[in-house]
Amino acid sequence: MNAATSAILINSAYIVASILFILGLKMLGRQASARRGNLISGVAMLIAIVATLLDHHVIDFRWIIVGLVAGTVIGLACAYWVKMTSMPEMVALLNGFGGLASLIVGAAEFFRIRGGTVLPERPIFTSATIYLTILIGGITFTGSVYAFCKLAEWLSGRPILFRGQHIVNSLLLLATVLAGVVYVISGDPQILLVTFGAFTLLSLVLGWTLVMPIGGGDMPVIISMLNSLSGLAACAAGFVINNNVLVVAGCLVGTSGVILTAIMCKAMNRSLTNVLFSGFGAAPAKSAGGEGEHATVEGELKPISAEDTFAVLEAARQVVIIPGYGMAVSQAQHVVRELAEILEQNGAEVRFAIHPVAGRMPGHMNVLLAEANVPYEQLVEMDAINPLMPTMDVAIVIGANDVVNPAAARDKTSPIYGMPIIKAYEARTVICLKRGKGTGFSGLENQLFLLPNTRMLYGDAKGSLQGVISEFKSLAAS
Amino acid sequence: MDIITLFFIFTLAGFLGFELIARVPSQLHTPLMSGSNAISGITIVGAIIAAGADDGSWITTVLGTAAVTLAMINVIGGYFVTDRMLSMFKKKDPASAAKKGGASS
Repeated sequence: MNAATSAILINSAYIVASILFILGLKMLGRQASARRGNLISGVAMLIAIVATLLDHHVIDFRWIIVGLVAGTVIGLACAYWVKMTSMPEMVALLNGFGGLASLIVGAAEFFRIRGGTVLPERPIFTSATIYLTILIGGITFTGSVYAFCKLAEWLSGRPILFRGQHIVNSLLLLATVLAGVVYVISGDPQILLVTFGAFTLLSLVLGWTLVMPIGGGDMPVIISMLNSLSGLAACAAGFVINNNVLVVAGCLVGTSGVILTAIMCKAMNRSLTNVLFSGFGAAPAKSAGGEGEHATVEGELKPISAEDTFAVLEAARQVVIIPGYGMAVSQAQHVVRELAEILEQNGAEVRFAIHPVAGRMPGHMNVLLAEANVPYEQLVEMDAINPLMPTMDVAIVIGANDVVNPAAARDKTSPIYGMPIIKAYEARTVICLKRGKGTGFSGLENQLFLLPNTRMLYGDAKGSLQGVISEFKSLAAS
Repeated sequence: MDIITLFFIFTLAGFLGFELIARVPSQLHTPLMSGSNAISGITIVGAIIAAGADDGSWITTVLGTAAVTLAMINVIGGYFVTDRMLSMFKKKDPASAAKKGGASS
């Protein structure tokens, strides 16, 4: 087979792969076809990989096989051993690997050009795209790794702000751009190497400092943004090596990620710039009255025991459960489902109210509840449940904080003012499960906890709920 | 490939990406993100070309192999994690529903 025939063959395979990627992505957006969609997109990837192995540039398979086998083993191990509650950090980490892989593809191309094995037709264009690949790939990699460390609680989830942070970040970005410009226009091999090293390093630092000031509550947005960036990095790599399937697939991921990021931001009523640069929740004291007396909250926290919770729930006919990150932390999803079943046997109607940014990943709660076999039909989106809230006898808030904070609706001085929330406070009785009296990830005082109809059930959510369930069981036994 | 053609493809794929995701229910956001994350592992195509070039430079080989490994972790991990998540998204009581279906037929 000569080079021209194989090029046609490979490109045809890439077209088929692109069509299947598009089809797969479309099917992923519908409940009924999502699983098949994922499979189709996987087949597309397989086709792309096999076609690339036929490329006439590829003449040595030893190291490819080593890489493919190692990657498959590690990838499978990750996918099978990760707990559903750790899904956000897993996705973040995989995303980071993708970003780093793109960066390395860019770097490898740089060294090939430098070594003289590749002569780019348009040196400036190639240099510019190598620069972009490294920049985006670098930010994706360290940003994702930092997000992973935050989510896995290896590093503090609190936003970290220091004096002059914005200036430092701006200078970093400026230096990165400067190094890039010199790199693209300079022809001197020595300067090329220095600037290449400089912007590679700087992009890696930039990814880290970019995620630094972002608080735990904003994680769904940042994970979604990093996901988008990993696609754009692959896309940029496609421009470097002149490969259409990379451009198509990377661009699809990039733009779909942008859409998802926009949806997340809208759900929090904030702009992306605000999420990225505000250091939301870095200073809890500020919102607790530091800016004036307007933010003072009247009332006190009223604890409730498991026995009393049982009494309240036993009489309830309409119950809504509002899960948040706290449910993920204590892995309470199975106990929650058990409680919901018991309540239904007791004659109550149980619904789960899902806020779009509850948890640490878009749709995090849906995954956890699905794992616990909560039927899909019982999950209600925010806009559907809010009009029903006044008819609810009991709202059980499990480790959710900001997404039920009435300050978002009432307190114009609150940083979360305007954010759409689940109106738990409109229910007749609210029971909040919480580990302690501290504020949540956002660092905001939650006025919901102080309302006259709210009771606090302190302790680990899983343990607390087991207590309530055993009350129900002892009733059934007696 | 011509740069203009690549930009052409880029623009069209961009619009397609927007259109595909614009109206997805929030329940599916996580699997969708995880699934598109797996697609971003397409960079493996570039990695394979780098690793298999055999141009006598050890730097390219080392970098290429590392890139193949990392991209493959992204691809395999991404697709399997997504599948695991989606396999849990079930309708209410599939067993009893199946039974009902069986009884009525």
